[in-house]
Amino acid sequence: MSTVIIGAGHAGVQAAESLRTEGYADRIVLLDKAEHLPYQRPPLSKDYIKAGGDPAPLPLRGAAFYGEHDIDLRTGVEVVRIDSQAQLVFVKGGEPIPYNELIIAAGAEARRAHCAGNGLEGINYLRTVEDAETLRAQLDRGYGRVVVVGAGFIGLEFAAVAAQRGLDVTVIDFAQRPMQRVLSPSMSDYFTQVHTDLGVKLHFDEGLDHFVGEQGRVTAVAGTSGVTYPCDFAVVGLGVVTDEDLAAAGRIECDRGILVDEYLSTNVPHVYAIGDLAVFPSHHFGGNLRLESVQNATDMAKTVAKTIAGNPSRYDIAPWFWSNQGPVKLQIAGLADPADVVIERGNRSTGKFSQFLFRDGQLVAVESVNAPADHVAARKLLEHDAGITMEQARDHDFDLKAYARNLSSSAMTPS
Amino acid sequence: MPKITYHHAGGATDTVEVPEGTSIMRAALSNSVSGIIGECGGQTMCATCHVYVRGDVDLPEISEEEDEMLDCTADDRLNNSRLGCRVVAGRDFGEIEVDLPQSQN
Ligand SMILES: Cc1cc2nc3c(=O)[nH]c(=O)nc-3n(C[C@H](O)[C@H](O)[C@H](O)COP(=O)(O)OP(=O)(O)OC[C@H]3O[C@@H](n4cnc5c(N)ncnc54)[C@H](O)[C@@H]3O)c2cc1C
Ligand code: FES
Repeated sequence: MSTVIIGAGHAGVQAAESLRTEGYADRIVLLDKAEHLPYQRPPLSKDYIKAGGDPAPLPLRGAAFYGEHDIDLRTGVEVVRIDSQAQLVFVKGGEPIPYNELIIAAGAEARRAHCAGNGLEGINYLRTVEDAETLRAQLDRGYGRVVVVGAGFIGLEFAAVAAQRGLDVTVIDFAQRPMQRVLSPSMSDYFTQVHTDLGVKLHFDEGLDHFVGEQGRVTAVAGTSGVTYPCDFAVVGLGVVTDEDLAAAGRIECDRGILVDEYLSTNVPHVYAIGDLAVFPSHHFGGNLRLESVQNATDMAKTVAKTIAGNPSRYDIAPWFWSNQGPVKLQIAGLADPADVVIERGNRSTGKFSQFLFRDGQLVAVESVNAPADHVAARKLLEHDAGITMEQARDHDFDLKAYARNLSSSAMTPS
Repeated sequence: MPKITYHHAGGATDTVEVPEGTSIMRAALSNSVSGIIGECGGQTMCATCHVYVRGDVDLPEISEEEDEMLDCTADDRLNNSRLGCRVVAGRDFGEIEVDLPQSQN
């Protein structure tokens, strides 16, 4: 008997560990095409590229962890095909590996820019430690012009670091505001101010048209408005794409990711999908969701491990996320919708506040800026489905921390 | 090289020597010391790197953000609680001993 896990990222490594915690005693094979000891991605756009940044990527677990937990970690092994009938995983240059249970945790890749000039040198993405290494070398020079395409989390995290390191930074995005899809408009506007204060030049309503180059190297980014932004290098942060080929060949259903049910099972027996590539039905938010976050990867992993270890469990957890941009630590509990009613607690002029978002009178999300205690309390509220009322949110004497603390001690936590 | 001794909740210990600039959290993850998770990658945002510092080490003041996160640890906060990602070898100590909590999340 064995479980094979494709991908040793946040999801895959946690799944392997949780299988052991759940008492799974059979073989666990954990495959990753990258050669490294599995590492954490979030620091790559944060501490790793800062001045005097981390010397090496931060490992997810120490090297000895895998052996100690009897996890057969094989790095530098790329899965090229899944045969779900024969229950085999085919790898490049090796024998096929049989499985009883298969967990696909292969994450996602940075979405490439499909436009003229996209093959020029000096156009970078930011997903892997190699990407971060290349960017760090550019930043270490401490000067130069960079154009960031895409005002999402990763693009803006990079932009903030680059500006703080003395570079001339321009960001373009076809949206109207930073992180438009995932933040309330008022929080998004706050970030416009944060980046402007850092010296980042933001241009919205400006798509990527093409790259301009000389002698094979990028020299400018041309926007759809007709304006050209000169640069020494560019960073593209256009989100991610999932590799559906691997799944599709194994007759696993996909729709912008691998489709799973509430147990994280695909349509094919004994095949599960977790992490960045899994599209799951959400009761919390209605409809199908695909989330890219450490929380989602980790919690899906814990859930699928329970199921495989013989204790079928549903995935229905309130999401949370964090991002660091310059002086701002942003933490989000729940999922925001631009139409939500916003109630602010604390004072944004102090650079420390939270926004409570309500939909049909229900608390659905909390966005916190440099207010981790609010965030932790908000997570408890959402976890326990014990949202506060709009009146409570408006009442600045209402003790949120105490309210959340009482919840965790009195509520019966579902396991 | 600076030295860190981790005392596990069950009584076992791990001692590691690390280059200057390494946090107690990173030192644990890089040296396969269990009991520290470091979910946020050292951003003072998760409190899964909670440790109890032994003895009388003269560490820098607890910042406001560390203080706030220390209120969110899984195991009780004590007077000697710190976040492992905020205490750095070389800068903050030459040698240190810490107790690990039972649980980090
Ligand atoms: C720069 C950056 C910053 C981020 N910051 C944050 C943040 O602040 N907060 C947050 O919550 N999230 C953040 N994220 C998102 C978070 O890192 C991801 O959601 C998380 O890594 C998803 O985990 P995963 O295991 O699904 O995928 P991954 O971590 O991508 O792991 C997938 C693994 O599968 C391997 N693989 C792929 N295909 C194959 C194959 N065919 N054969 C073998 N192996 C394969 C890959 O090599 C990879 O190691 C950030 C991401 C990036 C890139
Ligand atoms: S690693 Fe998250 S708070 Fe220290």
